[in-house]
Amino acid sequence: MTQINFFDTPKVDQVGIQDRISRITSRSIKNEAKLKGLYMILNMIDLTTLEGADTEDKVKHICYKAMHLHDDFPGLPTTAAVCVYPNFVKTAIAELKGSGVKVASVATAFPSGQASTQTKLDDVKQAVDNGADEVDMVLSRGKFHSGDYQFVYDEIATIKATIGKARLKVILETGELGSLDNVRRASDIAMHAGADFIKTSTGKISPAATLPVTLVMLEAIKDYYYKTGRMVGMKPAGGISNAKLALHYLLMVKETLGGKWLTNTYFRIGASSLANDVLMQIIKQKTGNYQSKDYFSKD
Amino acid sequence: MKANVNIDYSSNWNLDPAPESTSHIHLKTHYDLFINGKFVKPTGNKYFDTINPANEKVLAKVASATISDVDLAVKAARNAYNNIWSKLSGKERGKYIFRIARIIQERAREFAVIESLDGGKPIRESRDIDIPLVSAHFFYHAGWADKLEYAFPNQKPKALGVVGQIIPWNFPLLMAAWKIAPALAAGNTVVIKASNATPLTLYKLAEVIKDAGLPDGVVNVVSGSGSVVGMAIVNHPDVNKIAFTGSTNVGKIIMKAIAGTGKKATMELGGKAANIIFEDAALDQAVEGIVNGIFFNQGHVCCAGSRLYVQESVYEVVLRKLKDRMQSLIIGDPLDKNTDIGAINSKDQLNTINDYIKIGLQEGAEIYQPECTLPKKGFWCKPTLFTHVAQSNRIAQEEIFGPVLAIQTFRTIAEVLEKANNTPYGLSAGVWTDKGSKIFNMTSQLRAGVVWANTFNKFDPASPFGGYKESGFGREGGIHGLEAYLKFE
Repeated sequence: MTQINFFDTPKVDQVGIQDRISRITSRSIKNEAKLKGLYMILNMIDLTTLEGADTEDKVKHICYKAMHLHDDFPGLPTTAAVCVYPNFVKTAIAELKGSGVKVASVATAFPSGQASTQTKLDDVKQAVDNGADEVDMVLSRGKFHSGDYQFVYDEIATIKATIGKARLKVILETGELGSLDNVRRASDIAMHAGADFIKTSTGKISPAATLPVTLVMLEAIKDYYYKTGRMVGMKPAGGISNAKLALHYLLMVKETLGGKWLTNTYFRIGASSLANDVLMQIIKQKTGNYQSKDYFSKD
Repeated sequence: MKANVNIDYSSNWNLDPAPESTSHIHLKTHYDLFINGKFVKPTGNKYFDTINPANEKVLAKVASATISDVDLAVKAARNAYNNIWSKLSGKERGKYIFRIARIIQERAREFAVIESLDGGKPIRESRDIDIPLVSAHFFYHAGWADKLEYAFPNQKPKALGVVGQIIPWNFPLLMAAWKIAPALAAGNTVVIKASNATPLTLYKLAEVIKDAGLPDGVVNVVSGSGSVVGMAIVNHPDVNKIAFTGSTNVGKIIMKAIAGTGKKATMELGGKAANIIFEDAALDQAVEGIVNGIFFNQGHVCCAGSRLYVQESVYEVVLRKLKDRMQSLIIGDPLDKNTDIGAINSKDQLNTINDYIKIGLQEGAEIYQPECTLPKKGFWCKPTLFTHVAQSNRIAQEEIFGPVLAIQTFRTIAEVLEKANNTPYGLSAGVWTDKGSKIFNMTSQLRAGVVWANTFNKFDPASPFGGYKESGFGREGGIHGLEAYLKFE
């Protein structure tokens, strides 16, 4: 096989992407489909806290929330994972024990990724040694923009090789990539280098996840699947704070990649405030009434 | 590198029906002719049924005009022209047209629902495309009404007089707007014939015209068979211009009939558009455009991209993407907000399409249709691809006017240009490439009235639309379209 030339990745047309998005967002997701979709979304959330101000207590609180989304209302799933800094992985694992909720840790000098490869590897090692199920690394955008795709590829591949059974999510930080063509290129590099998931954003840069960017990444995942037979997961993160938008993301996954991707093994949403809006919609759907936001805990 | 995998688009998470409500629409049981500002019974007292093609139920009875009804309509139009409309200033004419545009916007939802009920097109299209474009056309032309002198400086533009207009069943209200709006802006009065299959929205437009207070006789609406009512308009000695949208065959009949009469004419006829995908195109978006180009309005579109030429190096990938995309198209109730492909407009048209599908198979082409269940009642056709099509196959040459795409491959630019232009038609074409210079190279050599690059089926009132060769002549839309309703000293 010839080596992949990342200078020549498939082209993306922004106008066409927008056309496709408008078809998705004009779909009407109602009744049973809505309810079922909302439950699925809760179970796909990576409940996230990534603040400089995070403390052990704060992490414990969101772990509890991940397992007990709204105890007033029985039968709800847990979130898929909680997402924290490496130094809180141990705390999170202890809190989540036996719940099935995974622990994801950001690493590699999150969010900027501006550090030596050795520093990044140490960061990853800390996360994995502490028992993280998943590692969310950041792509080196500086190297990417300077055209050093080999460096970007090698760095991802090196990290993948050191994390054992943990699953690797590669954060492209699409808000810093500048074009959909670059989003496509970064997706291809990350997948070929071994990413188990590709993820849009750190949540620290605006814009974070958008529908167009996510569609480009889903199409990259599809092409990669047809090439290699390996299913790579997708994680839009940041900026998805209401249930309706989340449902349209879910529908976009279904219409692009089919039913097999509609589980939290292959689709996640990184969010801190989405869960409460989804809960509010579920209760509205079941009871016919909207409750005040104050009936849902804010952790 | 290629893995032996498939994507399964079936899933246990599926959309629920989301039907648009019909409770807000007002339909009469009978629709009478609209002549001289009044709804009048046809002199023969005959009516025909218009049905909902999605369930074959009768929606209303519609007047079948006679030759003498057409004569009354032309007389009313002439009288209105001589005594009222030609004496109004452009600014005053513009006010009426603006008013019509605004009322259509206000009643957009009702118009969209009726358009989908009568024609079978998905509510998504009538709501998001047809009706917004209708009001856009009235707004656009209203703006020209008092600026004709500026549009055609030093040419002294003058109205033609009474214009006869005949519109097709595929975009009933939109085609009416394309014709009525520029005619009124230019200062003409109108006799327009509705399509037999989809007459309702034009009669609803007549109600709007009445509500807008347009002087009696400025717009007259008739309906009935093409051979009687249509030809009565064409042959009427007091009609100054014929504007026709429809089949090439009928267009030829009309042209023969008006030869030597001095009547002006514009014809917008059939098409067999080539959509061309180069290897350097954004393939996923090209596929989206191909799907919109051929399955929009069930393929009942004269500018539908019904021939697809794919560069051989990307043929397999494009075909796979196309098939994948087709699996998430939703076919069914036109009033469901999630429907992508609605009902075929009539039983006759369905028979025509099915005949062509048989012909394609006999010609040795390979067929692909996605798995889907079609409703039992009504007229339905699955979206269809034909591969291994030869240029000499009838399915690659003749207009099918249905959701059927004929796919061929090519190797070089010269080859695809020759094939794309090798058709009696020349209405539209599409080019898909990431390379700007290639777009200009292609667009300057494709013999088609409209060439879209990296998009398809985009319409705007400011942009002229019309054909080459057997696709007709004259332009609608833009300043060119306005010119077709004027004479110059």
